[in-house]
Amino acid sequence: MKNDSVLPRGQGRRRGPEFPPYDTAAVAAILDRWRDQPGNLLPILHGVQQALGFVPPGAVGQIAKAINRSRAEVHGVISFYHDFRTSQPGRAVLKLCQAESCQACGSRELTAHAERTLGCKLGETSPDGAVTLEPVYCLGNCACSPAALLDGELHGRVTPQGLDRLLAQARRRP
Amino acid sequence: MTIKICVPRDAAALSLGADATAAAIAKAARQAGQAIQLVRTSSRGMFWLEPFVEVETATGRVGYGPVTAEDVPGLFAAGLLRGGAHPLAHGVVEAMPFLARQERLTFARAGLTDPLSLADYETHGGLRGLRRALGMAPTAVVEEVVASGLRGRGGAGFPTGIKWRTVASAPAQPKYVVINADEGDSGTYSDRMVMEGDPYVLLEGMAIAGYATGASYGYIYLRSEYPHALAVLNEALATLRARGVYGRNVLGADFAFDAEVRVGAGAYICGEETALLESLEGKRGMVRFKPPLPAIKGLFGQPTVVNNVVSLASVPIILDRGGKHYADYGMGRSRGTLPIQLAGNVKRAGLVEKAFGVTLRQLIEDYGGGTRSGRPVRAVQVGGPLGAYFDQRLLDLPLDYEALAQHKGMVGHGGIVVFDDTVDMAEQARYAMEFCAVESCGKCTPCRIGSTRGRELIEKIVRGKDVARNHRQLLALCDVMENASLCALGGMAPWPVLSALQYFPGDFGLPAKEPAHVV
Repeated sequence: MKNDSVLPRGQGRRRGPEFPPYDTAAVAAILDRWRDQPGNLLPILHGVQQALGFVPPGAVGQIAKAINRSRAEVHGVISFYHDFRTSQPGRAVLKLCQAESCQACGSRELTAHAERTLGCKLGETSPDGAVTLEPVYCLGNCACSPAALLDGELHGRVTPQGLDRLLAQARRRP
Repeated sequence: MTIKICVPRDAAALSLGADATAAAIAKAARQAGQAIQLVRTSSRGMFWLEPFVEVETATGRVGYGPVTAEDVPGLFAAGLLRGGAHPLAHGVVEAMPFLARQERLTFARAGLTDPLSLADYETHGGLRGLRRALGMAPTAVVEEVVASGLRGRGGAGFPTGIKWRTVASAPAQPKYVVINADEGDSGTYSDRMVMEGDPYVLLEGMAIAGYATGASYGYIYLRSEYPHALAVLNEALATLRARGVYGRNVLGADFAFDAEVRVGAGAYICGEETALLESLEGKRGMVRFKPPLPAIKGLFGQPTVVNNVVSLASVPIILDRGGKHYADYGMGRSRGTLPIQLAGNVKRAGLVEKAFGVTLRQLIEDYGGGTRSGRPVRAVQVGGPLGAYFDQRLLDLPLDYEALAQHKGMVGHGGIVVFDDTVDMAEQARYAMEFCAVESCGKCTPCRIGSTRGRELIEKIVRGKDVARNHRQLLALCDVMENASLCALGGMAPWPVLSALQYFPGDFGLPAKEPAHVV
């Protein structure tokens, strides 16, 4: 509002912030796939994230227009759910379960070990950009705690040594 | 002769290397020149033995576990294909004490069948419930479920048949069936096992619910943490459509039904049914005010049955054998069986389906075999992250909705998480509040703000700062959250905190003689 008031006259509506470019065609294809389906925003966001690795802030307007919702509503949905991210993650994503069953089997120590090894905290990416470390609250593998999910692959009874092996694999990936 | 070998494809088995084990078995058989039929089945639910390999022999299936890929050559040398003796052998699977003492109704097929083989499913009693239901009046189907005494297995324990009755009598059309597959409670995995291991029983139950209530479309709201379940459910739906079980004429009857899977996005609160409906509508998962009940105005404002996975998976056997058969199991107002999930620090972690009334001690000691670490059991959390922590004194409580409620506990979704004596209960209480703060939808103040203030108060008490005053304030805060929150998240987050304070005051640096607040 403040900025608007100092805009020189005759320049029309102030444009929104400039967002980095993204693959609009990929987003358009996903929007087309879910067009006219009731309650389609979550499937669309999942589709975009699967295709691009994250939901680009610039895509919010494109999505909102296509499903006839406000940009605020779309942004509200993206920011509500833990799954959706708005920036590029590391080359691998490691999710460590933080819930009770895994706590009972040493997940706190395992998480501390991962943070030390990667040099980043939960919710951050390692400085070399190789691994994003995320918390997750239950992977349904509670009979084999502690559990971890590395790029969608589930692992059970994960020891610090086992985690080191998984991370070494992840770092070797291009 | 071709020998049948079964290796589970359940996600927990895969997380321990079941694929590598299966590949090693196929390779070893090729090298031995022995023809085998390698079947990827569901899991028996004996997860401490996964990957669990079963070999069909004249005396029944013989089990081996845990079998890693490296164990396979040795097992072949010991005569695995004949069910030969080996340190990893457990004899005939059905006779193993962990399984032999269970009452498996909902999980009757666990470990026996290929999850996606409809032929396997029908051979083991599948589709009989739906066939019988389609021959009855919809109201008679509802009454059969009422007679079974089945209560919602998701946690709230509301009678399923009564819910169906409300939807059936609602005049508006269209109506929907929604499966709540957002199994977010730590220590639970029975929904996952059903969806990955026996998807047709869930989809059969869903069609029965549709027929009984007058709904012709369904949504399965599945949490995103279950990618294997997603793949299995989508394939199972395609098969049912192709075989005419789902579609314009369900099994040839004048009844149309179809369904689709929708994936959540990592929000615990979406397991609350009204938040789930909001999420399905493409919105933030904010809890709705009730009334109106979802049964009257649910998904897209239409009458909607929202049932948990295990609830619906229990319906086919109720229709097949009759409501009375199911109700003959159990105690008091808790009828039928409950799939209990042993988790956390327990030696034999796995699925135990038993009639209501089994005690916590029987479950943890007889079935679970104590802790995995070998240390004494100190605390047990029943019913997920909002469930109370019990200490040794309460382990003789029977698992029953009302018995646990008397001690401010809950059956919940049937998960039991065991902790040994290294656990710091003040830290567990702090975590309960922190979890509530992370997962709160933010609609009501007691939950949104109270959870953060609760975490801070616990941290102050542990630091020894103004302990008496902060303790009093924590109790008052818990009272507000319990009584003024909109849904169970804020309303029950105090339960693990209050129970930890009551049974383990020393962990907070509080004197042992605190006035009893809970119970």
